[in-house]
Amino acid sequence: MSGPQRIDSSGAYGSGIDRAQRIDFSFDGEPMSGFAGDTVAAALLANGVRLVGRSFKYHRPRGIFTAGGEEPNAIVDLRHAQRHDPNARATLEPLQHGMTIRSTHARGTAQRDTFSFVDRFARFIPAGFYYKTFMWPRFRLYEGMIRALAGIGRVDASSRAPGSRQQFLNVDRCVIGGGPAGIAAALAAARAGKKVLLVDDHAQLGGSLRWRSARIDDLEGIGWSAARERDLRAAGVHIMTQTTAVGLYDHNAVVLLEKGLPPTKCANGECLWQVRAQDIVLASGAIERPLLFENNDKPGVMLADAVLRYLRIYAVRCGERVVVATSNDSAYGVAHELTAAGAQCVVVDMRGHSDLAATARAAGIDVRLGDSIDSALGRTQVEGARLKSGATLAADLIAVSGGWTPLIHLYCHARGKPRWDDRIAALVPGSDVPGLQVVGSAKGADTADDTPSASWGGAPDLWAASARRRVWVDLQHDVTTKDIELAVRENFASVEHLKRYTTLGMATDQGKTSNVNGLAILAAQTGRGIDAVGVTTFRPPFVPVSMATIAAKSLGELQSPVRRLAAENVHREEGAHFREYGDLLRPAWYGLDASAIARECGHARNGVAVFDASSLGKIEVIGPQAAALLDFIFYARMSTLAPGRLRYGLALAESGAIFDDGVVLRLAPEHFVVSCSSGHVAAMVAHLEEWRQDRFDLAHVFIHDASAHWATIAVSGPQSKHVVASLDAGAPLDDEQLPHMAARIGTFAGRPARIARVSFTGERCYEIAVPARLAADLWRKARAAGAEPIGVEALGVLRAEKGYIFVGQDTDSETMPHDIGVNGPRDKRRDAFVGDRSLFTPFASRTGRRQLVGIAASGNQPIPVGAHPVEQANDKLRSIGYVTSSCWSPALGRPVALGLVEDGRNRLGEELQFEYLGTRYSGTLVESCFLDPTGARLHA
Amino acid sequence: MKDAAHKRHYSAWSLFREGLRGQRGWTPAWRDRDPESAYDVVIIGGGGHGLATAYYLAKQHGVKRVALLEKGWIGGGNTGRNTTIIRSNYFYPQSAALYDLSVSLYEGLTRELNYNIMFSQRGLIEIAHTDAELEMMARAANAMRINGIPIELLSRERTLALAPLLDASPHTRWPVRGALQQRRAGTARHDAVAWGYARAADALGVHIIQNCEVTGFEMAAGRLGAVNTSRGTIRAERFGMAVAGNSSALAKLAGFELPIQSYTLQAMVSEPVKPCLDTIVLSSANGVYVSQSDKGELVLGGNLDRCPSYMQRGSFRVTQSVIASLVEMFPAFATLKLMRQWGGVVDTTPDNSPIIGPSPVPGLFLNCGWGTGGFKAIPAGGTLFAHVLATGQHHPLSAPFDLSRFESGEVIDEAHAGVVH
Amino acid sequence: MQKFPCPFCGPRADREFRYGGDAGKLRPPRDCTDAEWARYRYQRANGKGVTHELWLHADGCGRWIEIERDTMTHEVFATRSLVP
Repeated sequence: MSGPQRIDSSGAYGSGIDRAQRIDFSFDGEPMSGFAGDTVAAALLANGVRLVGRSFKYHRPRGIFTAGGEEPNAIVDLRHAQRHDPNARATLEPLQHGMTIRSTHARGTAQRDTFSFVDRFARFIPAGFYYKTFMWPRFRLYEGMIRALAGIGRVDASSRAPGSRQQFLNVDRCVIGGGPAGIAAALAAARAGKKVLLVDDHAQLGGSLRWRSARIDDLEGIGWSAARERDLRAAGVHIMTQTTAVGLYDHNAVVLLEKGLPPTKCANGECLWQVRAQDIVLASGAIERPLLFENNDKPGVMLADAVLRYLRIYAVRCGERVVVATSNDSAYGVAHELTAAGAQCVVVDMRGHSDLAATARAAGIDVRLGDSIDSALGRTQVEGARLKSGATLAADLIAVSGGWTPLIHLYCHARGKPRWDDRIAALVPGSDVPGLQVVGSAKGADTADDTPSASWGGAPDLWAASARRRVWVDLQHDVTTKDIELAVRENFASVEHLKRYTTLGMATDQGKTSNVNGLAILAAQTGRGIDAVGVTTFRPPFVPVSMATIAAKSLGELQSPVRRLAAENVHREEGAHFREYGDLLRPAWYGLDASAIARECGHARNGVAVFDASSLGKIEVIGPQAAALLDFIFYARMSTLAPGRLRYGLALAESGAIFDDGVVLRLAPEHFVVSCSSGHVAAMVAHLEEWRQDRFDLAHVFIHDASAHWATIAVSGPQSKHVVASLDAGAPLDDEQLPHMAARIGTFAGRPARIARVSFTGERCYEIAVPARLAADLWRKARAAGAEPIGVEALGVLRAEKGYIFVGQDTDSETMPHDIGVNGPRDKRRDAFVGDRSLFTPFASRTGRRQLVGIAASGNQPIPVGAHPVEQANDKLRSIGYVTSSCWSPALGRPVALGLVEDGRNRLGEELQFEYLGTRYSGTLVESCFLDPTGARLHA
Repeated sequence: MKDAAHKRHYSAWSLFREGLRGQRGWTPAWRDRDPESAYDVVIIGGGGHGLATAYYLAKQHGVKRVALLEKGWIGGGNTGRNTTIIRSNYFYPQSAALYDLSVSLYEGLTRELNYNIMFSQRGLIEIAHTDAELEMMARAANAMRINGIPIELLSRERTLALAPLLDASPHTRWPVRGALQQRRAGTARHDAVAWGYARAADALGVHIIQNCEVTGFEMAAGRLGAVNTSRGTIRAERFGMAVAGNSSALAKLAGFELPIQSYTLQAMVSEPVKPCLDTIVLSSANGVYVSQSDKGELVLGGNLDRCPSYMQRGSFRVTQSVIASLVEMFPAFATLKLMRQWGGVVDTTPDNSPIIGPSPVPGLFLNCGWGTGGFKAIPAGGTLFAHVLATGQHHPLSAPFDLSRFESGEVIDEAHAGVVH
Repeated sequence: MQKFPCPFCGPRADREFRYGGDAGKLRPPRDCTDAEWARYRYQRANGKGVTHELWLHADGCGRWIEIERDTMTHEVFATRSLVP
């Protein structure tokens, strides 16, 4: 007996392959060849390969079982060009030139697996055995071995997946499945003027018509399909083949996986589609069910329909002496075709009668009615079958058909509730799902009056399941009928418990060929009808989808993109070292290394420095109610601010904690500009908008986020006025006309400019705002006038010396204004503002709250950020706060730090211990402003 | 004939013996009881917390008549849907004490329950991608160490050595700057935790009643006197609610509201591969967490689907975002396939800390609000809730999590303390 | 993947929106009790079934709207502007 092989063309076979195009590949190191149009599985069978892997638990030999996505056994390691798939389903992979295929999950190869001895100890390792052992002395000792034995393929540091793509589509009707029922639904909608998408996971339309002999409208299956395809295109239907619907989501959203794209279109050959449809038609057909008998997992046992498909589409005859075991009429067609292809067939039909028996016998097929397979015989592959009647048949292929299972996964994704149909022993759609129709054999009906023909098959035959010991239900997870019996004995008798305890249906094939048999056995074991047993849920994706394909284009910079300064190129020219602050890319310092920071601080304090402050928010609030809105948003009232003046303010969250801080500029009675922390602008705008829409008249106050439209360059230091003067901005700069915390309008390069005196460094400082595209010019002019560049790190030091906080760093989610010493509004304001009531809860009012203080380190080393001051209380160490900012102060020649410490304001002068990852530091609590507490330098 | 409560001891020896006997000597892991009319304590909710509570009530407090009511099948809610991570790296001392108690109990649980929950203490690393993140991480690391939880801050080199498949190239969106490590953290088999507690509780006489849904509450003399269920009315002295995402729905039947919002939290698994990740990896920047199960599957999750939902599914867009972040951090994983995706209904609180203690209805007690972090806390939640139900009083470790903290403002804000769930 | 019909923009994908809590909550005055303030800040209806929710059409018109939907089936019954 020869096993599987390619047979000569005679027109009837090989409709899907092109014998003129030979494709070379290798399997487990052995060179082989196939034809264009082959799947990897078809090519392997054509080369006589029976063993393609070893089973998960018992390392039993496994062969190709099906011809489609429901394949449980033929999972192979596949390498081709840039692509490495450690778990490729051979039945779905199109064969391509130069593919390197390896069997998986064997120590060695599928043919010679050194772990095959495990099967001898099967009786000691039933389902769930690991819950009962590996406990003493501890699990970790066994875990390494368990992990090494598990898993199918292998991934390593060199594994890379090329990029993928994603597209979106809106249609009126999406039809899933291109068999006769799907084609009809697509044509009907298209001819009614609808925009229709029809998808099918095969390379051509027609579904099973492509391999099943059937005549419709006087045409053979394939011819009929080709004719309908012409009709579909003429009607404007968008057709996608090699495309699987992997999930149905809310409101008729469908996710599709398109495969087989040429490398020019997409490196990994796949494209993800997200489709929204007005209505969806599910015409996904049905898949065949296996039969239950002893050693039904042996290579050489295959689904009958798959055998037919390999023959018709790929010209691969899977066996020479074939036992066709069936519970229904559909397998007879397989026997006829195999016989015509030169095989010798015996049909073993478990029913006592079939209308097709006589015709089969007339064609020379031996038909045994009322009989079934007791066990498959053979060592590593099928060599024969023993029947229940006692007869033994020689065979190299057992083609099984236990009935058909409608594919209703997507219906279940859409929250449909299936019901059990006794007539065909299968789950069929039950409840209605709005916007979704199920048609054709996916509905469990294949005749005009929606009743099932005799092709479907009835309840699974459980005789062998109870009489024999080694009967497989889930091939991929090595779950046998005895495992289900055990689960029931231990009361894992609900469907979900059964599944989780035995792992039946939880493999990569999602139990497509095992669920119904499992339910039937569970029902029999618990003495219930199958309809009473219940169903497990089907979860997306319908077939496993590559992570690279799901991630699509959201990789690298496109995943959470950074935001950049308008003048970034100028900073790069200046030698800036960039860092990400939040999602903003900003100059940390200018120069080769961090030693630049102290230099930059020196310029800012003693000469003149220029800083790109463009990332600060500039949110315009405009209208008659603008002042009222800002009074509600800010802790300090802004309505009392005079035009042309600025005021620093805290904005609270409703929790009373500081949400952000910023400086508000009043340009005119009804026009304010709110600045806020860089990196927090979107949140601040949203915060303003939320309260605007909740409490104010939308026609009387508007918010305009102008942050991206303006660039702000800050010039700081004792010489800053001279630099600003050289900009010729046309605004008066004398201190009387432009005092600290005031602003004037001027021009720069003919465009409007704002010059404000506001300082984050503690020195005399001017912030000049110009239209963003003039940022580089302004910067260069300031530089030409002698200002030195400083970066974010230097700014961090300068403001720390002054005790100016960074909200979110020097404040946490609980810090309220009175914790940082700002008490006025809490004590005095009576009008409503965000967070007002939260400032008076028991929590807000209690003693021991963390308060902002300065910390003077005892030594010459800065105390690391994140160190906690600690106190000892009854033998237990307790944290009383943390260091939030800490650096070396070039101006003072010693370390300075800020922190939040419990009751800190009442403990000034105390020396505390600070704990940092096992090292202790000591420091004294001091006022948070280390330099120039009177602020004289602002006016210097 | 042995007493139906008798459990066959699990061991390699009993496995061997039963292997010779065709597995015929195993007994039900737990019995399905019919509800009686009255009990000492009724626990509503047959997830990990409910089952653990029932066990500890019987075991530690000797409460004789305990019923556990589960509307579906036990362990079918979040306990059966989570990503199995167990850790205690929390910021505030009250949280640290709670979750660390849980880790300690998990360490001894397999032996205590005679059920292999497969607790694998393979450690956890939370990656810092920038210097600023590392600084915040130092703040958290010191908090934890002071709270008595051993935590280390790792260098970039050490981090890459622990997870060699992390992208170490200079152009990755998520550079590895360092990490926070808890070595004692790990994973466990979530179903086994539920089944192990169920078996042990059943052995102690707890009535486990499945397919029993609470449909109403009956007051008696100002206290909760009985629950109406799909299988009859059941009275008890005290009632405990441990129903996670369904807490608000049940509370509504009892006439009160909770500070809880139910969202979907997704989880997903890849196809199984040979061992390639030996520790748990988290990133708070992108919210993704991943580990590799003993079956070889990558188990991963990410941020919540912030849309109120009881559907247990989640949107594909969030699935994509989690996977995109994963493959950006681990380029080799792009070759793997997503095998299955699902969701649970998580009961989040405003401070990401649980609620344990009395409800506004006398006689009805709460164990909820665990949000995305319930699985790791099962033994602690169970122990503390059992204490509350047995004595009517708080345990010192549960007191800070009382519902009243919202009124006083004394919340335990793990939501913003830099801890990722 | 949900589709929300914004009253201003028409049907848009859910990725454009942000959830913002229960609709219909009134902000108590300054002199309310701690309990009343806590109820406003923390209590949630968290309905299992029909809910009235606040959503922001962040990547569209930028308006806060109310969506009446079912949290068990994701059916959307109505959306309305908050401003009459």
